[in-house]
Amino acid sequence: MQRDLDTRPHPEPVAGRGRGPEAATSPTSRFDRLTMRSSRPALVLIGLALLAVISIVLFMTLGAKGSWSFVLSFRGKKLLGLLLVAYSVAVSTVLFQTVTNNRILTPSIMGFDALYVLIKTALVFFLGVGALVSLDSQVQFLVEVLVMIGFSGILFRWLFLGEERSLHLLVLVGIIFGVLFRSLSQFMQRMLDPGAFNVLQDTLFASFATTDPTLLGISCIIVVAVSLVGLRLMHTYDVLSLGRAQAINLGVDYKRVVVIILSMVAVLVSVSTALVGPVTFFGLLVATLAHSLVGNSKHRYVLPAAILLAIVALVGGQTLLERVFAFDTALSIIIEFLGGIVFIALVLRRSAR
Amino acid sequence: MIITSNVTKNYGAACVVDGVSLQLPQGGITSIIGPNGAGKSTLLSMVSRLMAMDMGTVTVGGLDVTKAPSDELARRLSILRQDNHMTARLTVRDLVAFGRYPHSRGRLTLDDKVHIDRAIDYLDLGLLADRFLDELSGGQRQRAFVAMVLAQDTDYLLLDEPLNNLDMKHAMGMMKLMRQAADDLGKTVVLVLHDINFASWYSDHIVAMKHGKVAAQGAASAMIRPDVLSGIYEMDIKVHEIGGQLISVYYG
Repeated sequence: MQRDLDTRPHPEPVAGRGRGPEAATSPTSRFDRLTMRSSRPALVLIGLALLAVISIVLFMTLGAKGSWSFVLSFRGKKLLGLLLVAYSVAVSTVLFQTVTNNRILTPSIMGFDALYVLIKTALVFFLGVGALVSLDSQVQFLVEVLVMIGFSGILFRWLFLGEERSLHLLVLVGIIFGVLFRSLSQFMQRMLDPGAFNVLQDTLFASFATTDPTLLGISCIIVVAVSLVGLRLMHTYDVLSLGRAQAINLGVDYKRVVVIILSMVAVLVSVSTALVGPVTFFGLLVATLAHSLVGNSKHRYVLPAAILLAIVALVGGQTLLERVFAFDTALSIIIEFLGGIVFIALVLRRSAR
Repeated sequence: MIITSNVTKNYGAACVVDGVSLQLPQGGITSIIGPNGAGKSTLLSMVSRLMAMDMGTVTVGGLDVTKAPSDELARRLSILRQDNHMTARLTVRDLVAFGRYPHSRGRLTLDDKVHIDRAIDYLDLGLLADRFLDELSGGQRQRAFVAMVLAQDTDYLLLDEPLNNLDMKHAMGMMKLMRQAADDLGKTVVLVLHDINFASWYSDHIVAMKHGKVAAQGAASAMIRPDVLSGIYEMDIKVHEIGGQLISVYYG
């Protein structure tokens, strides 16, 4: 207790009726601390924005040979893919953690992306490979996204809408769901005939180096639409981060808002998984770093910080690996390695408390 | 006025709140007392719409809590629970400012700032206003949360064990503050309390619960009596009048 340790002689105001006790502290130290604390998020955002711009410029120009128009449009598509993934992963993870009031679980850890892969596999399995080939890939993507919203809605609603549940239960359920979805997908993939399997694997085989270019347009539209919905709910995010009881006390229409946000998360996960495949720990890495860099939990700082961090990690990382070290597909390994370490550190720190 | 009629909550086979019908008067302080597991907190959670009831209805100031829009209720009724776990990293002032959310949706007006400063002052948090909640002791955090519901400025204040974690001085300060809110500002305050002496000293009305039912209720002077209390707590409780106040002695 600061006041109890404070030995300077100042009159103790009666509890509950204290008037203007600020006068007793030295005004300058308070002022310094205030300005330092309030300008920190802005500085972090400016720094991250600079880093992101540098990464993007380097990604577009470094080691370019031949015609600029070709290089720019070729790399531009890749860049757009990476930007979409960075944005989707960052926003979906931060919002998911806010809604579930925890800092360890992410949509990927709860098996959202495994669910997307399962839906894609099930479509081929039940509708046949003909559907996959004849259907326009954008229409097909839309169908998958819709099914994803429906299923994740049913599956995750009961987990997050009722009374707050223990984190351990959620982690276990997430792991079990993830394993279930993955093994169901694998099971169906084994039952497919080799031709169909080939086609499916082609669409599932995406990575940071080879984003799926056919879905860029529709992904952009979807991401913009989701962001517009998200912006309208912006004022509820900070309140939701106080936990369910406080959010309800403060008049948030909890059920409606949580269902909308979980749907947004499902859509964003679909976008990123369709573009680059499942990434388990990337979101956790970005969200955790964003929270600790910004230093407070206000979403108007944390969300942009997480997005910028994700862009730096993906675009900058890809540039480094492709142009500087001339590796090709290792970025996901590095990111998952770092993210996995953060995950373990978070779990350990939590259990130590 | 808070009216509950036949409110019931079951956890599996166990009936935690069993058909409670109550009319809590407008204005003043009502304390809910009773042994552990009597269903006090559960009742308060249902009255404040944090928990769904299996049966029954609750109206607060004429609004049905399960049907009225949540944001309208948030301007009428505020609730503070015992356990306020959260992951958000906030300063005391940030937290108190959330109390104004039902009124201004996160865009603070000058009027909001007045309410926030007043609530911070009331709870003697001026020195701590810019500290982060995770840097505070349990009692200081508790006071910050109370400041938040005060800033919410609702007619009805529901607090579940607000004296938790507070030292004697701040517990007394908290109860005085509740008294002030009831007397000067005309608020209706409902508290779950474990310390029956605090309940005796500060409340107008006491409701005693036991096994999910209302065991007894009435004016504080009628409730703080050896026969009533001994029946509720199933132990020997003596009541002495000291300086015009009824004080229970039950230490052995």
